[in-house]
Amino acid sequence: MSGKNGSQHATPNTLRLKTGLAEILKGGVIMDVTTAEQAVIAEKAGAAAVMALERVPAQIRAEGGVARMASPKRIREIMEAVSIPVMAKCRIGHFAEAQILQELGVDYIDESEVLTPADEANHVDKHAFKVPFVCGARNLGEALRRIAEGAAMIRTKGEAGTGDVVHAVKHLRAINQEMRVLTVLREDELYAKAKEYQAPYEIIRLVASAGKLPVPNFSAGGIATPADAALVRQLGAEAVFVGSGIFMEDSINFDAPEEAARRARAIVQATTHFDDPKVLLEVSHDLVGAMKGLAVAAISEEDMMQKRGW
Amino acid sequence: MTIGVLAIQGDYEAHGRVLEGLGAKVTYVRKPEQLDDVDAVVIPGGESTTFLKFLEQQNFFGKLGDFVKTKPALGTCAGAILLAKEVEGPSQASLGALDIRIRRNAYGRQLESSIRQAETKLAGGPMEMVFIRAPRIERAGKEVEVLASAGGDPVLVRQGKIMAATFHPELSDDSRVHQAFLQMVK
Repeated sequence: MSGKNGSQHATPNTLRLKTGLAEILKGGVIMDVTTAEQAVIAEKAGAAAVMALERVPAQIRAEGGVARMASPKRIREIMEAVSIPVMAKCRIGHFAEAQILQELGVDYIDESEVLTPADEANHVDKHAFKVPFVCGARNLGEALRRIAEGAAMIRTKGEAGTGDVVHAVKHLRAINQEMRVLTVLREDELYAKAKEYQAPYEIIRLVASAGKLPVPNFSAGGIATPADAALVRQLGAEAVFVGSGIFMEDSINFDAPEEAARRARAIVQATTHFDDPKVLLEVSHDLVGAMKGLAVAAISEEDMMQKRGW
Repeated sequence: MTIGVLAIQGDYEAHGRVLEGLGAKVTYVRKPEQLDDVDAVVIPGGESTTFLKFLEQQNFFGKLGDFVKTKPALGTCAGAILLAKEVEGPSQASLGALDIRIRRNAYGRQLESSIRQAETKLAGGPMEMVFIRAPRIERAGKEVEVLASAGGDPVLVRQGKIMAATFHPELSDDSRVHQAFLQMVK
């Protein structure tokens, strides 16, 4: 074992392989699923990948309790049911859960604020793993800190399990605005930005010269309709995670499979044709309705999942 | 000369950047009628099941199938799967323009993804090849020229004006595969 808490040593090539899988997921939809049946519905609807979970975020929010990594048996059933990549979540800082998921052979790990954090100060040292990681971020500083730790994909945190897109939009706009600012700063002003963002100067400089993150930038957290998917894509998200919005009727009950399949197909279409209102109208037309959802403005600060991690 | 890059899902922008860097004009193709205005097509890496979901609408599949029978095409990874005559693991619809049998995710999951160096028939020495959950070409027909092999399997092939790679040349700095493709289009 070469890493302190992982099983593989990172090389420049492993980072390229990690971001490589994110590159080929671009333009696609990654759907939260809790069973093999849901995974098959997602794949048939055109999902580019699935996220294997024990409970979707809306359920976690409604039921409370400690939310942990899904059972390996459940994840394995999902891996065996579909041919597309399968991701799974570990708790923030829980490198032992991550080791188990890597051993299981999942294609991506989401070190996620949707689960109950296992460490109040430290995130997982993602360089120590061969499997790639995606992490949530609310702003550029958070994104760059995760990249410094080895994340190969960033997604907005938004506010998971709400069906309210407002914070996915807020976080996407924040990250993009802050990157635009970096591109016009003088070189000597970047040091102060590194201090402000509590992120390594080398990464700050890289973003300032490229005008974009060194890893793919996806969106998640409250995306519930085809229009939501199109909105975040037009704001610059390179792909879309959809959680509770597809399979849930409300925060507790699953919807009928046909209804979930219809919504899944519509969101996939909208993610590809994100800048074509004619197609967006077509795919939005026949949907009965999205999950009832929960307005983010009605959630108290301490109940917000996005506050987890730093 | 305009190259249409199929932009349903996947790393289509990576292909676009390489092609534009070589001086080609690029159009991102999301609807079948856009094929009328391009001289050649690139099918990128991505998820072939997602591509098929879109192609089954508005006779997109039929139109793309006709296109690649007469005009140049380059497919990488999922694109190679789509161009193949036979697909396994599991079996699924394909355009049948390239006489190969290809098996999806044949080398394993992401943990088995790899970067290798291998000789090719293109001038300029060994080529870096990025394999991500790559498919394996299990059979190549008589008409198929193998331009490169790695680990005993063909990884870059050509038949007439169709080229396919099981790796992702669009994710490396080496643009020789795209250059060879553009030569065919001229």
